[in-house]
Amino acid sequence: MSNDRTESILNSAFLKEYVPTIGIECHVQLKTVSKLFSGADNNAKEAPPNTLINHIDLGLPGALPVLNEQAVILAIKAAKALNSRASNFSKFDRKHYFYPDLPMGYQISQFDEPIILGGYVNIYDPINQRAKRINITRAHLEADAGKNIHPDKKNYSLVDLNRAGTPLLEIVSEPDMHSAEEARLYAEKLYLLMRYADVTEGNLYYGNMRFDVNVSVSKTNELGTRAEIKNLNSFRSVERAVNYEIIRQVKLLEDGERVVQETRGFNDQEGTTYSLRSKENADDYRYMPDPDIPPIILDDSYIDKYEDETNHLPDYYIDKLRDLGIDEVSSYILLDYELEEGAGILEYVLSLPKNSVKPIVNWIINIESPIILKLANITNNKINRVHSLYEDLLSISQEGLINSNSIKELIKKLFEMDKPPKDLRLYIKELGLIQNSDTKELESIVKKVVEDNPKAFNDLKNGEQKVIGFLIGQVMKISNGSANPSIVKELIEKLI
Amino acid sequence: MWPSLSALASDINGGKVKAVDLVNKALKKIDEDKDYNAIISVYKESALEKAQKIDELVKKGQKVGKLAGIPFIAKDNFLTIEGYTTAASNVLKNYRAVYQSTAVNLLEDQGAICIAKSNMDAFAHGSSTENSDFFTTSNPYDKNRVPGGSSGGSAASVALSMVPFSIGTDTGGSIRQPASFCGVVGYKPTYGLVSRSGVIAMASSTDTIGTITSNVLDAVTVMDIISGQDKLDSTTLPSKYKIDSNKIKIIKKAKIGIIKEYLDYGLDDQVREGLSLTIAKLKNAGYELEEVSIKSLPLALAVYYILCPAEVSSNLSRYDGQRYGYSEANSLDLESSYVESRTNGFGKEAKRRIMIGTYVLSSGYYEAYYKKAQLVRTKLINEFNEVFNKYDFLIGPTVPTVAFEKKSKKDPLEMYLNDIMTVAINLTGVPAISLPVPLENSLPVGVQLIANQKKDNELLSLALSVEEILNRED
Repeated sequence: MSNDRTESILNSAFLKEYVPTIGIECHVQLKTVSKLFSGADNNAKEAPPNTLINHIDLGLPGALPVLNEQAVILAIKAAKALNSRASNFSKFDRKHYFYPDLPMGYQISQFDEPIILGGYVNIYDPINQRAKRINITRAHLEADAGKNIHPDKKNYSLVDLNRAGTPLLEIVSEPDMHSAEEARLYAEKLYLLMRYADVTEGNLYYGNMRFDVNVSVSKTNELGTRAEIKNLNSFRSVERAVNYEIIRQVKLLEDGERVVQETRGFNDQEGTTYSLRSKENADDYRYMPDPDIPPIILDDSYIDKYEDETNHLPDYYIDKLRDLGIDEVSSYILLDYELEEGAGILEYVLSLPKNSVKPIVNWIINIESPIILKLANITNNKINRVHSLYEDLLSISQEGLINSNSIKELIKKLFEMDKPPKDLRLYIKELGLIQNSDTKELESIVKKVVEDNPKAFNDLKNGEQKVIGFLIGQVMKISNGSANPSIVKELIEKLI
Repeated sequence: MWPSLSALASDINGGKVKAVDLVNKALKKIDEDKDYNAIISVYKESALEKAQKIDELVKKGQKVGKLAGIPFIAKDNFLTIEGYTTAASNVLKNYRAVYQSTAVNLLEDQGAICIAKSNMDAFAHGSSTENSDFFTTSNPYDKNRVPGGSSGGSAASVALSMVPFSIGTDTGGSIRQPASFCGVVGYKPTYGLVSRSGVIAMASSTDTIGTITSNVLDAVTVMDIISGQDKLDSTTLPSKYKIDSNKIKIIKKAKIGIIKEYLDYGLDDQVREGLSLTIAKLKNAGYELEEVSIKSLPLALAVYYILCPAEVSSNLSRYDGQRYGYSEANSLDLESSYVESRTNGFGKEAKRRIMIGTYVLSSGYYEAYYKKAQLVRTKLINEFNEVFNKYDFLIGPTVPTVAFEKKSKKDPLEMYLNDIMTVAINLTGVPAISLPVPLENSLPVGVQLIANQKKDNELLSLALSVEEILNRED
């Protein structure tokens, strides 16, 4: 599809006639110490091929899978994050197919009685400022397969079984999303949920979370034929793949062709999807209960115990912050920031007196976080130390002793210091950041600025209000940023 | 003939008998009777080495294990570090295990010496050892007849006195049926009593590990060692159910149900005679016996030959020629490598079961076959439970016939019919034992005693009592 054609479809009216419908399956690798059914190390990231395997992962004769209890515990926590609850009874089934990365000739998965049934995920669309609930159909435990590697220009392929047997939680959503944006928001929220529930390392680069998106478009109430785009490992690629797929399918239908039910791959460089295999003749996996693994039977007290152990989840913080007057967009920024820095920022914000929350959150988002992103090796201790000065700083600013420009300057300095100042007020004075509210002194600066910029002043007099910002800026410059901007503004207005 | 295991053990411990002599005796017997084709491989050197070590320990006055120096034979589907483990199949003809089965480990921990691996139907599919990809074992009582199967080599080796005991697997009767054909004691415990780890799987939900011995007490001695929970097999039962020699004692009173359905089949005259004789002797000894009906029993064979192939088709899918085992070297691509390796590697019976199993698990047939068979299996379990509310034990023939002639069963279904009295035991997971009935001028005949799940100690106690009564001179 040429870019011109894509553009014209994107801009055309008929795209709007089609409603896209999207469902997502997400494979979450659980951060267990050992594999789902064997004692082999589960940390396959950088290990040389085929070093983290034992007789069970290799599918040797006589090898029996033994369920890793830690995976069950993580599934209980994930269930809570999905606003669901682990089932009292679930079981494992064998899903049969032949492939070199599948040593036993079957994958151990959960077919009709998964560990998690139902649930939902709340997402928030910042552009339309709209919250939405995406329902979860189910989530089940299964063992990951190994990896086939195809060396360039060689007549053989290689198999690495390090990943074989890694526990996966496959989370299946209802087809509740209707735009690429919603698909991305859902993927992002799922990531936050799994990270906060602490069930996955969540490293997308290493494929800790992989998304399969099912996309269809339709002009009517009846759903269209869907295509599944497999193995997307970033939020951006989820959004791009869905967008491409919507346009591809609309174009097909507008050209009088039909959408084929198939599995497709995504070319990240070109942002396009391509056909992998048709699904019209459905594979027959010959599911069968796995006789080697007794069912997972969980009594309520066991489930309760690990639900109670689960960390606070994103929606908990969003609700609390909303009560304190923080909007969802800001809350999501704080949630991300907490994951990046792990400095207890959320708990810190919740511990603040109600009146301090908004301005301090504003500092954290607009001043602190850009600073920290630039600095390497910033310790949580340091962040906490700076935080301990924020309330003091807030009262100083409310007293009008320091202007917002200087606050930015000050917070930057605080992060550069090894030790916090003993007396913040004294320190601000020493730095010369105290706001100048001396009307007489400021009057003379204002006069000078007006004389030096006659054209600007003239324009202002003629009603060009925006020029006043320029003049205030000049005064701030001469006063080394210490001038109280609201007094300066008054003084300029008086001169008109 | 070998003395009892407890006698052998105390002789070794007391220095009266040397382990090396026991091993040499076994090796000699194996060699003398090699034309019975009971054995696939012999571990002569390692066995002698192990025996020497035990003799040295005894000489130094150090403590040795409960079965120190006693040679045994394992069916060739038990993984052993020593030699090859083939399951009598071409697929695993050259397969060397990298770890050992739990059962063999436990026996070796007690000083027992695995001296050889015995012949079987390939992957344990069969009732005669004629499905071995290598050769057919002969019945020790008539070389023209089969020893039964699939643990035919294990049963023949004990009947031929090569070793005092052997271990085997019983998925649908594979220990009890050959024990019956070879005139030895075959014990199939409750499902999960012995770990399946390191045993090449046939049908995982009915695979059971058990013993073949010449008397009940030896079965007790071996089971005491190999039974118990194993963290490598999640289906093993808690160790409180394990066989405990101290719990085995003669029981003089019991209510025993004679399974009515098993009397209706065309029993061989000798089998009928063996059963009647046993019932008469037991009544005479004061046990309470009466006929009891288990309604769904006639369905057991059909259920078994749906569920078992389903699991077989799944368990054999790992033998795909990609990592180990038989592999076609010249296949042009991946697809043909799979097809050719499996087509040429597997024998006829394995392929037959893979086909049946694949069929009954396919969408559209799953509900009609696999699911329905599971429902009947549950019904059968419930009916067994009901019967055991009224009776302590059940009794019946082990097999409807005596050992049949080689190549006499041309139709595979006819072969399957030989399992008609053993498969229900596996489907319901209950323990059963086949005891030889002393009959004059007859091929060996076995009688089967059955108890409810986890009543293994009680069943072996009864078996000990029945054995004593059957062998009593009137």
